Amino acid sequence: MDAFNAELATRDRGGPAQPLLSVRDLVKHFGGRRAWSAPWSAPWGGAGQRRGAVRAVDGISFDVAKGETLGVVGESGCGKSTLARLVMQIVAADAGDILFDGEAVGTSALDLAAYRREVQMVFQDSYASLNPRLTVEDTVAFGPRVHGLPRRAAIARAHDLISRVGLDPVRFAARYPHELSGGQRQRVNIARALALQPRLLILDEAVSALDKSIEAQVLNLLVDLKAEFGLTYMFISHDLNVVRFMSDRVMVMYLGKVAELGACDVILASPRHPYTMALLASMPSMDPDRRTTEAPLYGDPPNPIDPPSGCRFHTRCRFAAPVCSSIAPALADVGPAHRVACLMATPGSGHPQAGVPEAA
Amino acid sequence: MSGMSAPRPIVDVQDLTVDFHGGAKPLRAVAGVDLTLRPGEVLALLGESGSGKSVTLRALMRLLPEHRAVIGGKVLVDGHDVRAMSKRDLPAYRGRTIAMIFQEPGLALDPVYRVGDQITEAVIRHEGASRREARARALELFERVRIPSAARRLDNYAHEMSGGMRQRAMIALALACRPKVLLADEPTTALDATVQIQVLLLLRELQRELGLAVIFVTHDIGVCTEIADRIAVMYAGRIVEIGACRDVIRTPAHPYTIGLLASRAAGSLAKGERLAAIPGSPPDLSNLPKGCAFAPRCKAVQPICESAVPEENSVGSGHRARCVLAAS
Repeated sequence: MDAFNAELATRDRGGPAQPLLSVRDLVKHFGGRRAWSAPWSAPWGGAGQRRGAVRAVDGISFDVAKGETLGVVGESGCGKSTLARLVMQIVAADAGDILFDGEAVGTSALDLAAYRREVQMVFQDSYASLNPRLTVEDTVAFGPRVHGLPRRAAIARAHDLISRVGLDPVRFAARYPHELSGGQRQRVNIARALALQPRLLILDEAVSALDKSIEAQVLNLLVDLKAEFGLTYMFISHDLNVVRFMSDRVMVMYLGKVAELGACDVILASPRHPYTMALLASMPSMDPDRRTTEAPLYGDPPNPIDPPSGCRFHTRCRFAAPVCSSIAPALADVGPAHRVACLMATPGSGHPQAGVPEAA
Repeated sequence: MSGMSAPRPIVDVQDLTVDFHGGAKPLRAVAGVDLTLRPGEVLALLGESGSGKSVTLRALMRLLPEHRAVIGGKVLVDGHDVRAMSKRDLPAYRGRTIAMIFQEPGLALDPVYRVGDQITEAVIRHEGASRREARARALELFERVRIPSAARRLDNYAHEMSGGMRQRAMIALALACRPKVLLADEPTTALDATVQIQVLLLLRELQRELGLAVIFVTHDIGVCTEIADRIAVMYAGRIVEIGACRDVIRTPAHPYTIGLLASRAAGSLAKGERLAAIPGSPPDLSNLPKGCAFAPRCKAVQPICESAVPEENSVGSGHRARCVLAAS
């Protein structure tokens, strides 16, 4: 492991203060009507000009520091999974920059093949994300072999990783995905993600499909692996309990925008964005004598096609003022490394409660 | 909830077994479940995949494929012997006596008929109402489940509704014929957090107002706590613990329940602490151990656990656990 850590140290370029991942003004819209134009004649359509497009990710900026876990929470349609795919470069962004340890992704300094050695992903559906015709060891060894490791060395690394994720290589190496339980399959997915010795792991609802007793095992495994391999996580989940357990910082998303970003303890203890407050209050009570009596929000999250004007949350927000439907709030600092996109947190925004700290 | 003069149970299940044939090996998905439910009571069946909770629900409604699933034991619902019921009697039983809502309303509602027409059809078919009366009832139901602009929404197809609204529409459909028992199979699992709590509160309100008996299947302890009067914890086809919601949550007696509660990534946890996970994985139903099915994963396992399935032992008023430790 020392050799491995030594290698990691040499891969670190910008030092500990430089974020491992910097995302700036990332935009991804899907579909929508746009005047047809040949890609060679109009390479830049302008991200904001399509009508009826799903504005899945609409101008998102954040950093992930080296060695931390950034939790990403939000409901369906908030763009968290699109964000994961953008960071992983599975889908191409319409606009915005992704910097990995100071290097722009997709340039000659850090081409995609090199980037994918540094960043790997685990998906929610453990079965759909495995090739049914590859055995466990072939699955885990596949990436290293593609990246040039000889077969024998790749298999050896696969066996090592399979045992590190808690499976016995002797029993499991030759099995196919359908011969595994959900929890075992997710362990294989994690081993595969680690096979290229990445520094950043994107976990997109990686434990959400698992049974509760298995979920706890896999969460523990993720914590152990993070320490063992010096990993950085971007942990996406809809389950605030799980995010609280895993994360150092939390980013709350709503309809393609960041609503609130800050230290996990601070955000969960004293949220400043009304949406974060509602999300926390929506968690089922664990006390039979203190059940929830009133739903914090009414209705479903709006459709990310043509989202509400101004602040996207204003249609469901109990503090909404007329100004909220016209001005889109920018992320404003409200505390040390705590940022909120709410007009109430923006002094002089025109909201009656602007500047007054709100506790629901 | 804690009615001393217990009225006659509306659901009375004794020694329910469900065996599936046709796979590689026959397997027993439900291995002797006893359940009673009084009118107006909410019972949560809590368990993981393969614990038999959904199969138990489907057995109550005879929704299992007849040629592959063999139901044994006694199943009485509102005086009907469900096992003995003829195929011709089933449509009248389903809907009027007992109705069900599912996890995926998008799959449970017919995609090619307007949602309002599906409710209207059910009311006409079951209550012999005129089309106009049935339509009025559908509108009333839509308002009851608080679908905004209900009259307009009746003409929607399922795909035109959001997830939360579809689930409300399915609740309306289930209540169309005034059933006495409502079966709910993970109805909030696929919903967003802020929508889940709305649907839970709606179900709790409707249940109270209509005096419904509800069996609510879930894998989420938090959801149980919000909705249930009593909780039955299932594992490998058996109820391993049953009792009042408060008792099961506060003083769990079965090691599996204790483990589930302890393994939650709850707020009290300090940073960097490990979760108290239950080791191992859920059992293979076609290859169950002879004794307690939880024994291979149990911290407190004793030699006796591996020899025979433990009996139910009382650990408090109406609180029982299928564990040898609860015997003393």
